[in-house]
Amino acid sequence: MAKITYIEFNGTEHVIDVKPGLSVMEGAVKNNVPGIDGDCGGACACATCHVYVDDAWRDKVGTAEELEKSMLEFAESVEENSRLSCQIVVSDALDGLVVRMPESQH
Amino acid sequence: MSEQSYSADARVVILGAGHAGGSAAAFLRQYGFAGPIVLIGDEPHAPYQRPPLSKAWLKGEADAASLMLKPAAFYTDQNVELRLSVAATAIDRAKKTVGLSDGNTIDYDILIIATGARARRLPIPGADLYGVLELRNADDAEKLKHAIGPGKRLAVVGGGYVGLEVAASGRALGAEAVVIEREARVLARVACPTLSNFFQDYHRAKGVEFELDAAVDAFVGDEGHVTGVRLADGRVIACDAAVVGVGAIPNDEIAGTAGLALDGGIVVDEAARTSDPAIFAVGDVTRRPLPLYARMHRLESVPNALEQAKQVASAITGRKAPAPEVPWFWSDQYDLKLQIAGIPFDADSIVVRGQPDSAKFAVFHLKGDRLLAVEAVNSPPEFMAGKMLIGNGKAVDAEKLANDTVSMKEVAA
Repeated sequence: MAKITYIEFNGTEHVIDVKPGLSVMEGAVKNNVPGIDGDCGGACACATCHVYVDDAWRDKVGTAEELEKSMLEFAESVEENSRLSCQIVVSDALDGLVVRMPESQH
Repeated sequence: MSEQSYSADARVVILGAGHAGGSAAAFLRQYGFAGPIVLIGDEPHAPYQRPPLSKAWLKGEADAASLMLKPAAFYTDQNVELRLSVAATAIDRAKKTVGLSDGNTIDYDILIIATGARARRLPIPGADLYGVLELRNADDAEKLKHAIGPGKRLAVVGGGYVGLEVAASGRALGAEAVVIEREARVLARVACPTLSNFFQDYHRAKGVEFELDAAVDAFVGDEGHVTGVRLADGRVIACDAAVVGVGAIPNDEIAGTAGLALDGGIVVDEAARTSDPAIFAVGDVTRRPLPLYARMHRLESVPNALEQAKQVASAITGRKAPAPEVPWFWSDQYDLKLQIAGIPFDADSIVVRGQPDSAKFAVFHLKGDRLLAVEAVNSPPEFMAGKMLIGNGKAVDAEKLANDTVSMKEVAA
């Protein structure tokens, strides 16, 4: 299990044990964390699972691939550390990961 | 919209444990609702995602656990009482009770109807033969999965999205597939000819056969098992299994019998409230307002189910109503990602951006200089920017839109 900290736009923290192999989005949706809806079920088709990756974790999480980049380009309040959480696969290496949610998902 | 307040310990009963019903329960808890919630479903399964049934799940790329909307622990942790394999049989609005198929009666303060839609069936001979299938739920998908594989021949009756997805998944599993469509083109009711032609050509290149302008007269069989589909011209299309995907019918009878307003679905307002203030309805079963298009419509999609689930949960908990969303849909076939935003009601022109031959293009539907809908194939920027423009109603320059050397950022600016 990897501990992932999800922080809502209003500051509320949710610390969740997520099974490696699931996506960061699935970890939130399956545990009813508010602010990450994942309308499309992880098909990288909707951008409703937008998160900001904590700076300390950006290298380990890596960067978005082409499809995700083009979805993010038109998402609201995009920053350098924006990712679609359905495209981040949880592994033991991400134990401790911290992600924050944008205002548009509040 | 009527102002209605609900007590914090009201008992919420949800009829239908699909994506809409399950999400309504989840959002109620997310928004802090602490009263009792009972979620009643006629299937033996807790809420699960239906879109993968014709795609990843059918191809064996997703397991049962990944289909589940929430893990089993969610319902105990969040104090949501699940009652499965039970159908609602009648609503007594005066007594605020629901009669159930197991003989019990349940009281409610607030009722949420999320009974979904069922597959339309063809009233033709042979429709009850073994191997004549439909695809609405997990059990249907399980049967279909067993019926297709290498060397099997699958007939798909109905060239809509579900039919095309099943044909694509069937090909991926090594089956032969023939799509039989009553109209002259696939997706005739839901897409423009450019998109229809593109999908037909793409499927043909993957080995799918088409029978267009073809009415189906009967399913023929041998010893109770389907062996073919007989067309109006007398030809029989041989098959080992047939999937019928010719649309869906809302399960609104229980609401109609209870005297709620119906119009091809349960009529609801912007808060998903029915004509009875104690009863809401969400998902495929509703005819709902589309504020961006100033009309009522019935949508069958996950985003619609989630949007209405949020509307209900907001209304019940006194939270600010969510902003109206642009309806959107998606479909995955082979390596194609189709994303659709908006609905082209009353469109008067079409702009194609990109080349269909390259399998990367988008079709925009406009009325004057306003964008009403976009159908984007392998073109996420066109979809995302289009969705934004539909929502904000900005005037669009059709010449720039048609020129794919002008970025969508600039088009949308």
